[in-house]
Amino acid sequence: MKSSPDVSCINQDALFLTTKATELFVQHLALSSYKNGSGKGTNTLSYSDLARAAEESETFQFLTDILPKKILARDYLKSLEEMDKDDDNL
Amino acid sequence: MAERPEDLNLPNAVITRIIKEALPDGVNVSKEARRAISQAASVFVLYATSCANNFAMKAKRKTLNAGDVMSAMEEMEFERFLQPLREALEAYKKGQKGKKEASEQKRKDKEKKNGTDENDKSRDEEEDEHMDDEQEGENEGEEEDVEN
Repeated sequence: MKSSPDVSCINQDALFLTTKATELFVQHLALSSYKNGSGKGTNTLSYSDLARAAEESETFQFLTDILPKKILARDYLKSLEEMDKDDDNL
Repeated sequence: MAERPEDLNLPNAVITRIIKEALPDGVNVSKEARRAISQAASVFVLYATSCANNFAMKAKRKTLNAGDVMSAMEEMEFERFLQPLREALEAYKKGQKGKKEASEQKRKDKEKKNGTDENDKSRDEEEDEHMDDEQEGENEGEEEDVEN
């Protein structure tokens, strides 16, 4: 928490609450992702379940950078090429 | 420190335990998913801290307090956490109070056993500690009054 800029001191209670909130958050994230994911069929929580939750749920929007959806390398390279083409056209 | 957000990770064992508690029995969690949740939790801490800090700065305080964290939760649209957090905080404070009383009780018992000289020394040291705590408490109280 202290690695955040501008934060000088943290109250003991605030520290406890943040810890507890993080615990609740982990539970919430795990459960939501599992419920909405395909993992239910296979009884497994996978990375894509989490990535989907990050994208679809408003509450988890801030996680989209941390939990990006995985795409195949060739699809990524293709989209890069297309971007370059657009730049050339401009 | 200059650590990137990706470098700050919480202990895996704890994260795994919390995930297991949340999910129904028998559900597996892939290693990748676990690592991802751990990173998400780290980001959550950073985001919540920064948000809480904004509230503290608005109130011209340098110390984050419990109220700031609660406001941050609302801001981040995690109102569902507010009630459980309040209850947890109550229980925690009671626990703290109990601990303090227990340590004071221990001190009193010690005094009864020890001689007077040793008494005064250790008592002075402990009194200083207590005074610091009380002063901190008083300062926070004053700051809160100023806000209101």
